[in-house]
Amino acid sequence: MADSSHGSPNTSATVAKPGQGGVDTFENPGLPPHRPRLADRNRRAEKRAERQVALLFVISIIGTLLFFVGYFFVPLNDTIARLRLQNLMLGLGTAFAMLGIGVGIVHWARTLMPDHEVTESRHEIRPEKDRADAEKIIGDIFEETGIKRRPLIRNTLLGAMVLAPLPAIAIFRDLGPLPGDVLRETMWEAGTRLTRDPSGTPIRAADVTVGSAFHVIPEGLNEAEHKLEEKAKAVVLLMRLDPEELNPSPGREDWAYEGIVAYSKICTHVGCPVALYEQQTHHLLCPCHQSTFDVTQEAKVIFGPAARPLPQLPIDVDDEGYLVATSDFQEPVGPSFWERG
Amino acid sequence: MSSSTATPAYEPKTSVGKVTNYVDSRVGGSAMVKEFGRKIFPDHWTFMFGEVALYTFVILLISGTFLTFFYDPSMAETHYEGSYLPLRGVEMSVAYASSLDISFDIRGGLFMRQVHHWSALLFVAAVAVHMLRVFFTGAFRKPREFNWVVGCVLLIMSLAAGFTGYSLPDDLLSGNGLRIIDGVMKAIPVVGTYLSFFLFGGEFPGTAIIGRLYVLHILLIPALILLLIGIHLFMVVLHKHTQFPGPGRTNTNVVGYPVGPVYAAKAGGFFFIVFGIVAAISAAFTINPIWNYGPYDPSPVSAGTQPDWYIGWVDGALRLMPGTIGAFDFEWNIPFPWGVNTLSLNVLIPALVPAGIVFMLMFAWPWIEAWVTGDKREKHLLDRPRNAPTRTGIGVAGVVFYCVLWAAASSDLIATHFLVSLNDVTYWLRFLAIAGPILGFMVARRIALALQRKDREIALHGRETGRIVRLPHGEFIEVHEPVDEYKLYRLVSFDSPEVALPAVDANGKVGLPEKVRSRASRFFFEDRVAPVTPSELNAAHAGHHGEIAEAQDRESIASH
Repeated sequence: MADSSHGSPNTSATVAKPGQGGVDTFENPGLPPHRPRLADRNRRAEKRAERQVALLFVISIIGTLLFFVGYFFVPLNDTIARLRLQNLMLGLGTAFAMLGIGVGIVHWARTLMPDHEVTESRHEIRPEKDRADAEKIIGDIFEETGIKRRPLIRNTLLGAMVLAPLPAIAIFRDLGPLPGDVLRETMWEAGTRLTRDPSGTPIRAADVTVGSAFHVIPEGLNEAEHKLEEKAKAVVLLMRLDPEELNPSPGREDWAYEGIVAYSKICTHVGCPVALYEQQTHHLLCPCHQSTFDVTQEAKVIFGPAARPLPQLPIDVDDEGYLVATSDFQEPVGPSFWERG
Repeated sequence: MSSSTATPAYEPKTSVGKVTNYVDSRVGGSAMVKEFGRKIFPDHWTFMFGEVALYTFVILLISGTFLTFFYDPSMAETHYEGSYLPLRGVEMSVAYASSLDISFDIRGGLFMRQVHHWSALLFVAAVAVHMLRVFFTGAFRKPREFNWVVGCVLLIMSLAAGFTGYSLPDDLLSGNGLRIIDGVMKAIPVVGTYLSFFLFGGEFPGTAIIGRLYVLHILLIPALILLLIGIHLFMVVLHKHTQFPGPGRTNTNVVGYPVGPVYAAKAGGFFFIVFGIVAAISAAFTINPIWNYGPYDPSPVSAGTQPDWYIGWVDGALRLMPGTIGAFDFEWNIPFPWGVNTLSLNVLIPALVPAGIVFMLMFAWPWIEAWVTGDKREKHLLDRPRNAPTRTGIGVAGVVFYCVLWAAASSDLIATHFLVSLNDVTYWLRFLAIAGPILGFMVARRIALALQRKDREIALHGRETGRIVRLPHGEFIEVHEPVDEYKLYRLVSFDSPEVALPAVDANGKVGLPEKVRSRASRFFFEDRVAPVTPSELNAAHAGHHGEIAEAQDRESIASH
């Protein structure tokens, strides 16, 4: 029966009316008739499928052999190329070994095992009568404990149960020390030389040319007991600008030395190293979340998620011409924390 | 059991029977074979994602166990003496050195690391896609709400497993990830600084974190995942699997293949296929080449780095959040009687709000939808996503939201690859994070409704054959071919809930909750499309050219 129409918008394109399509429904026609596969009807197709499955299993065997060749006959030496070759052979060997088995079994199931769909009925998850019984049992249990009639027992038990888990929390107290003031202090102090990261060689003011930037650590950091913890607070970026471009606020005029300024390298957002310096614009960019700081405005945030300027390290030169700090940072470095204030 | 006293009635004759008898008379098991041996599982390609998740988890257990034999979770300082020349003599942690040894000095170690990392990525992806399948087809509805919640916890656990494992090599990249975690943690009001000090055993990075993450990663989290998988699968057996509606399939039956042999063979074979694919990827594509990053050092950082994909959206949210808007500062210094405290909303909001919204909606969704529809019946038949347009729209909105945040985690790479301004990329993504989900919702819902109308068209008027026929009086028509009854049933067998009017309470009034529910119901079902009914189909057939024209059509087709 061929029907010819483009469909009228009246019946199809509009929003359904209340009640439409609810009561009057189609009868379920039942499972469609089973369509035999080629291998069900054709003996040669069946044989072919059988051979294909066997071939896939043979491929798996070859894959396992390939793995052993890679493992025993490709000795590692000091080159990455050899490592990659071995990795490739182990990987491809495993891949063939696994795919051969997997594809083989699935092919077997699809072509040669019965493909008649079977119907099974669902049963009610649990009979409702059980629920009434359960309710009664639970009620009886509670009744027999007498917990409702004896509020003294109930309330003291509740009190005990609220308190009992607290030791399980308190016992974790020694996971770490209390913060104290360590987040407010770094290794920098008056007279600490600014040295190169990571070599630790001191920097002369004359070495810092306009437009250059230095990654700086305090002198003695490499010998410090808690080196990484100290470094995570003390790293500094040093750059030289035209003194005209710096706009120091009152009280910070002498924190720079002839246009050389030092700012904390730890981002005030969540603590990544602010490692990128654009020497044309004098912007510092944090590669993690793209907070951008303007060195000509005392490292004020001009873009991104950080909310505070980078702390500045006051610097000067010592008698030998090396750059030194004149004090520690005047505020905590790095990400904000509740007690920071 | 009377086997000890009376003569057993069952005498095994075959060797299989003898083994069965031996086992069953000691620990039982025949009942289980009876229950599961021929149990029916419905088959559909979308049901495979949960299997992928399960199988990748097995691969993770196998490869992970291998790695634990060689990995040393110590942050003690050492100097690398292994085969990788560029790092020889460099000071690093024992954890990083042992990760390098696994890569360079243990045969198959690099392969196992790659298998572990790739299958971890695939595991979380499979869990996520499986959840999307369950969501879009409505498989979370009664009686499966609890299993949906178990699945949500499994997703969170798989994220935790991924994150704790990611940090273990103690390389520069993962160390920076931990640094970000530390920064986010410190932003938590009141307890944040303490949490950070307790987690890291003092100041960041300390010497404790790797060992602690290791215990979580290899003991606690996998144990919880195993337990939850057990509960998850137990409930699948209890409920029996859902199936798509279709000819022969009803809400009270299960149609499919028996476990033995077809389903077991397909599912078992599929494990090997998943393993094979992971092995092939691990053979050919390097992941996490830790030797390029170097040991963790708080000073250097490489640009263009991103976390693994499942953590990326939180990182993206951190990037998108502005620190200040105009004069409004998101970092508040609040004066208290005891001093000034700092509340860092520019960190807290992106770290907690998007994840909070997504996970809360996810956990609550089965109950939200049940409340809106007021439907208390068991739902064993799945929805095609088009047949639940509003739910589909909301799901797509969630996916778009996720993807925008995920893209934001690559904002710098987008800027450098497409030579656009990083700032503009950020501004656009900020806009899209809010507008994208709304647009996604509207577009997906409209597409679903349009597809439903197309289904109605096909049910009523048949398939467009593309054959143009000229009738004797000169009219051109395109011949439509009616679909057979099985295909027709697929197109018309779905529920189309109607807008629920607010119920009147005992005092004859409509309470606020009912008003909200009615409003929500209108939002869900106002634009519904109803399935074709038999009378509509008859009317559609009768209303056209009639039998004579159809007969002529057929002749003219035959003569072409």
